[in-house]
Amino acid sequence: MRAVLRRLVPRSLLLRNLLGVVAGLVVVVLVLETTSPFRNSQFATMSYYAIAAAGLTVLTGLNGQISLGHGALMAVGAYTTALLLQGGSVPFPLAMLAAAVVTALVGVVVGAAAARLHGPYLAGATLALAVGVPGLAIYFDGLLGGEQGLSVRSPRPPGWFADAHYFLTAGELGGAKYLAYIGWITLLVVVLLLANLMAGRYGRVWRAVRDDEVAAELAGMRLGGLRILAFVVSAACAGLAGAVLAMVVRLAAPSGFTIVLSLSLLTAVVVGGLGSIPGALLGSALLVFLPPAVTNLGTGAGLTGVQAAQLAPFVYGVVLVVVMLLAPGGVMGLLRRLWRRGINQGGST
Amino acid sequence: MQQFVNITLNGLSQGAIYAAFALALVLIWRATRIINFAQGAMAMFTTYLALPLIESGQSYWAGFAAALVAGLVLGALVERIVMRPVEGGPELNAVIVTLGLFIALQALAAILFGATFQSFPAPFGLRGFTVGEFTIAFTPFSVFVIGSVLVVMLALTALFRFTDLGLRMRASAFSQEVSRLLGVRVGRMLTLGWAFAAVVGSLAGLLIAGGNLVHPAYMDAVIVYGFVAAVLGGLESPGGAVAGGLIIGLALSYVSGYLGSELVTLAALGILVAVLLVRPRGLFTRVAERRV
Repeated sequence: MRAVLRRLVPRSLLLRNLLGVVAGLVVVVLVLETTSPFRNSQFATMSYYAIAAAGLTVLTGLNGQISLGHGALMAVGAYTTALLLQGGSVPFPLAMLAAAVVTALVGVVVGAAAARLHGPYLAGATLALAVGVPGLAIYFDGLLGGEQGLSVRSPRPPGWFADAHYFLTAGELGGAKYLAYIGWITLLVVVLLLANLMAGRYGRVWRAVRDDEVAAELAGMRLGGLRILAFVVSAACAGLAGAVLAMVVRLAAPSGFTIVLSLSLLTAVVVGGLGSIPGALLGSALLVFLPPAVTNLGTGAGLTGVQAAQLAPFVYGVVLVVVMLLAPGGVMGLLRRLWRRGINQGGST
Repeated sequence: MQQFVNITLNGLSQGAIYAAFALALVLIWRATRIINFAQGAMAMFTTYLALPLIESGQSYWAGFAAALVAGLVLGALVERIVMRPVEGGPELNAVIVTLGLFIALQALAAILFGATFQSFPAPFGLRGFTVGEFTIAFTPFSVFVIGSVLVVMLALTALFRFTDLGLRMRASAFSQEVSRLLGVRVGRMLTLGWAFAAVVGSLAGLLIAGGNLVHPAYMDAVIVYGFVAAVLGGLESPGGAVAGGLIIGLALSYVSGYLGSELVTLAALGILVAVLLVRPRGLFTRVAERRV
């Protein structure tokens, strides 16, 4: 059975990943078409968390650099998108690309400083970034709108897309659904690129740098450059995530990019399993679908709305501690262990 | 000129608080090689515990003492229950655990005490002293702030220098294995170290809260300032942490007074990056080599 499956899967990595992405696209269309507009907007939210988390898991899991500043990098992407879409003349894919490029440039600067730090030092420096960057939006309130932030013109579905959608599904294309499509298509592209990167040469050398700096350096790898590259790739993902966030939320404001956002992303990648893209997706699903459930439980138990809203970050924190203490590999680590045990038992009987 | 004097005085009293906070970070770093990113959240939580006591008519000092005792207990519990398993493991794991604590405590405070701004009383006047015809930005409360930080530093110095307990704590921070061989209960010393550090952190939380508004995130920026101060001082040396705290307090006060208060955190980030790139071992440490 397993051999048959293996023969069906193509040899080439790119083809295999492409196949996965196409399958993913089919699932996305099926899910988005069969769920309510409310669920659609939840999936749109999940898409930007997942884009940022996928980038973060490459940085932290593969290259061993922790970043508490990804919320701030998302802010850079979101504000870039908001500014570019303001005039109404820039098409949104261009704005998203620009957001990724601008954030990647910021990533070069931050990454250059980060490349020389590790562990707690890097955490402290990026924490300062996360706490400090929202202040910029308030300082330049003429351009960036101060506390209120900038409202964003979300793109409307163009005629051909709506027509094609109607032709395929005979259903209405709501605004939330269109944004969810944008988010998920972006996510699939990001996942495809990252999966190839991780399986290829760069993934290998990043892992080498993470596992043993001295050995990697002796093998002729340039630690600084590789670390900066990992940071830039990760920052570009965060910028794209920020762009999707701006369009989905229709607002880029300092209150949306608090330290809690950065720590939520960290929770997502840790819970899913550091260094695993499926884990990052799983973790971002948790970030979206856990809060309403927990909040309901809280209001059911007699908490006020404001209090119940804080239950979700409380659970994130507790989960973060518990996962680190009991299963540092996260959900994917646990699954991998079970899978291996299953194979071993199958072989022995 | 008057503005400059006021900004300097303000920077000094803020710096004293950052010094206390940095001291708490350094105590834990020396003992367990962990930066406690939950320090701010723990201090915030204990400060919130004092608030209902004071509001129910007890004196300020009852609340003050309660917060410090709560800090002692919280610090010991945190070390014993959640930090012990990750001590000595990969440094990323310990960082992530402290961050989990940070976010959990902050949310718990918002659930228990509300997420709104509440004013916290001060035990002394908040009106500046008058010198000649000017009112300077130095209040009786500032005197209390600087005085209490001084007392804490002297007490810690005395503890580490002159007592048997301090010697054992220093020994277990210096070399766990050798201390264990010599009969020091290292685990107990680490718990005690975290507990003392949490008391100092709680003090910093109370001092920042005094005469100000508190809300569950009010210590977020202070973690950054305390961390920068501790790194500036070299992370190893308590004296360096205090000097670093004063320098950061002054520098940030000038940034806030002349450039804009929104830029303070970014200025702290700038100082941190500059220190780490130019002189990673900090300004006040004799240790020759350190990987950052």
